Amino acid sequence: MTPVTDATTPRGARPARTAGADVACEHCGLPVPAGRLDPDAELLFCCAGCDTVHHAIRAAGLERYYDLRDDADDRVRPDGAGVRRYAEFDDPAFREVHVVADATGRARLDLYLENVHCAACVWLVERLPLVVEGVIEARLDARTGVARVEYDEGSVSPGEIARALDRLGYPCRPYRGLPMEEHRRREDRRHLIAIGVSGACAGNAMVSAFALWGGALSPGHALLLRGLGLLFTLVALVWPGRVFFQGALSSLRTRTMHMDVPVALALAAGTLQGAWNTWRGAGETYFESITAVVFLLLVGRFVQHRQQRRAHDAVELLAAVTPATARLLRDEEEHEVPVEALARGDRVVVRAGDRVPADGRVVAGSSRFDVSLLTGESRPVAAGEGDPVAAGAVNVAAAVRLEVESTGAETRIGRVMELVERSARTRPPIVRLADRLAHGFVVAVLALAIVTALVWIRRDPANAVEHAIALLIVTCPCALGLATPLAIAAAVGRAARAGILVKGGEVLERLARPGVVLLDKTGTLTRGEVRMVSLDGDRGVLGDVAAVEAEGTHAIARAFVAAADDASIPRTAARDVEHVLGHGARGTVDGRAIVVGSGRFVRAHASASPEIDDRERGMLDRGLSPVLIARDGQAVAVAGFGDPLRDDAPAAVEALHALGHELAIVSGDHPTIVRAVADELGVTRAEGSASPERKVEAVREARARGAAVVMVGDGVNDAAAFSGADVGVAVQGSAEASLASADVFLSREGLGPLVELFEGARRTTAVLRRNFAVSILYNVVAGGLAVAGEIDPLVAAVLMPLSSLSVVTLSYRSRTFGA
Amino acid sequence: MSILGIAVPVALLFVAAAIAAFVWAVRTGQMDDLETPAMRVLHDDEVGSERGVSRRPSGRRSADRG
Repeated sequence: MTPVTDATTPRGARPARTAGADVACEHCGLPVPAGRLDPDAELLFCCAGCDTVHHAIRAAGLERYYDLRDDADDRVRPDGAGVRRYAEFDDPAFREVHVVADATGRARLDLYLENVHCAACVWLVERLPLVVEGVIEARLDARTGVARVEYDEGSVSPGEIARALDRLGYPCRPYRGLPMEEHRRREDRRHLIAIGVSGACAGNAMVSAFALWGGALSPGHALLLRGLGLLFTLVALVWPGRVFFQGALSSLRTRTMHMDVPVALALAAGTLQGAWNTWRGAGETYFESITAVVFLLLVGRFVQHRQQRRAHDAVELLAAVTPATARLLRDEEEHEVPVEALARGDRVVVRAGDRVPADGRVVAGSSRFDVSLLTGESRPVAAGEGDPVAAGAVNVAAAVRLEVESTGAETRIGRVMELVERSARTRPPIVRLADRLAHGFVVAVLALAIVTALVWIRRDPANAVEHAIALLIVTCPCALGLATPLAIAAAVGRAARAGILVKGGEVLERLARPGVVLLDKTGTLTRGEVRMVSLDGDRGVLGDVAAVEAEGTHAIARAFVAAADDASIPRTAARDVEHVLGHGARGTVDGRAIVVGSGRFVRAHASASPEIDDRERGMLDRGLSPVLIARDGQAVAVAGFGDPLRDDAPAAVEALHALGHELAIVSGDHPTIVRAVADELGVTRAEGSASPERKVEAVREARARGAAVVMVGDGVNDAAAFSGADVGVAVQGSAEASLASADVFLSREGLGPLVELFEGARRTTAVLRRNFAVSILYNVVAGGLAVAGEIDPLVAAVLMPLSSLSVVTLSYRSRTFGA
Repeated sequence: MSILGIAVPVALLFVAAAIAAFVWAVRTGQMDDLETPAMRVLHDDEVGSERGVSRRPSGRRSADRG
């Protein structure tokens, strides 16, 4: 998705045909760049993608999409729509894995669509049967972006469906989370049914209790009403409430005190007492309280469950958008195949911009590879014939052919993933705050109940057991059991809206304590991409250089163009452009001969003054890669390229220091660059050239000192360290592997969310403590009344919901994350 | 007593019917996605051969626009 928030041009207004003014794209409504303005064209588009999509929509007669679309929504530009061929969708292996077909040829395919953002998308996607002959039905879930397409296998292929969706502006991937999804759906339904049934039981038990409290009933009526209460209680306990007994049993078996133990104890004791009292027609019954406890606790569990899963979902959908195909060479012809189909010895083509599908050796061509994902190195690494290339690296320069050496789990990245899994298995078990408290709680309540029974046996033997059971029921940790999940769920929900996805509530508790924060550099403190950091000399030459580099695929070329765009320099056209791989580029702009590239390349075509030599050395000293620019045979400027710090990095580092955290930088990048970044940020501990294994080691060392370790990073090289650390935080733009092993994912760019995460965690823990205090206060009051023999069902029925209500209100009203 | 003898079983039947209806609704997936159907209701034309709607796009009428 490409949410764009700064679009100011109102959609719907016909684009004005004057060049230079802000013209809205016919499809997405974003401003049309100057390069695509054509006064003669009837319709103007910001990119080829929008053009394709618009024409596909019109050809199918689906213009109503534009009327349905919510203009206030985020604008989405369908980058590169209609370009991908989806050849792998027609591979027999694909059908085997992703298509479910029945005997009549009716097949089902679940696809994850990108760019789904509003009601109009639902409308458009569900019109697929009108666009593609053979599609029977398409249903889209707008929240997850997963579309279920049913089609006739005889008349249409998965590839045709994918291409049609792509043309409509929704690039798609097969949805991989299907078995998981099915499991979750069942789990969700089970939860919902449990809540519904226990709610019905609680409501009806309450009604019969009301009638009893009204008094003046004949014994026969009272027996009937009590019997009704007992019936609803038994249903609530046997059907939805059995989870508490199951939980208590397994907790007793493992000899760990769990919140379920006091709950089950109170439920069982109260029900038995109530049943006995119903039978003998005298004494108290607590049916309305017992059923209310079951209902409230189940609601608390469901809320907690949902919130944690939402974070998992978001992470998984991000993972699903990483490409999974390779261009296999068969008889000198390229075939797009799933990476699983690759074998040792296969030859694959890796074009510029592609990700390397498997570990291999270059057999033809030479290029440069961005391996920052694997090692954290910010500078692309050159590889020529015979050089090894690792899976996951991105080809940034030119197309090469690779011979595959290892695939899947045997690749370097696969081994790192295995390290991740191993670290995750050895992670110490989490002791939840609520369970820790529950342990002391159970012991205290049981002791108190025994004391109460003993005291009352002397004074009033007939009612002694009854008083003890009343104590068990009113002190049933309902508010406690509800307080933790709700406070955490509310915080996790607020965090998610603020772009911070937290996978488990207990993470927040660990983040609240001051500890060691290990920061990765590339992609975390820095942007993780090559940028023009400085330009020494004649700055006017930038526009000409951008013109020469406009079509270049090299990272430096793109950075030049981006720098010119940032400076709002209008694009001019260059002639006779020649790109020399690994050296630079030449061209002519309005009669001026421009040469740009490495020192050696430029000096071979132009003369350089000693001043230029000094500037070049200056760039090197600052840890930047120098690029020379010459005009008409004379070097006139030196541009320095590097990976600049994020704008908010200094403020974030300062804020983390202020919160009492100890900071250290652990990066795979070159030590001088790491040192320079650390000095700029005022971080004393910094380590460069750190391998993934070394990062795990660094985490272990910090843990050995007894500190809570938080690892912040983005690459696969951080993934293993995430698992080893107390909390792993993946920043925006992270690799799939690191998302899987991280506890927290920041979906907003920059380090601002990181500071928010720490502050929010601290506030959440404060809310948790306050909730505990409130519910314990209630229990002390109610327990005191019970010991004194003053508790009657009415008091219990009032105190119980009141305590729950107050903690719920406290949880939801507290500002933990966001504004 | 006599009136309760009728009213209570009737009330129990209602409760049982309500619970059964709820369980049925959940099991048939009506609570799975609570967002998209709310968007779908705004669409005036339904698609799909199952609903007996012709394959001819009804949006054709506006094809000359633009």
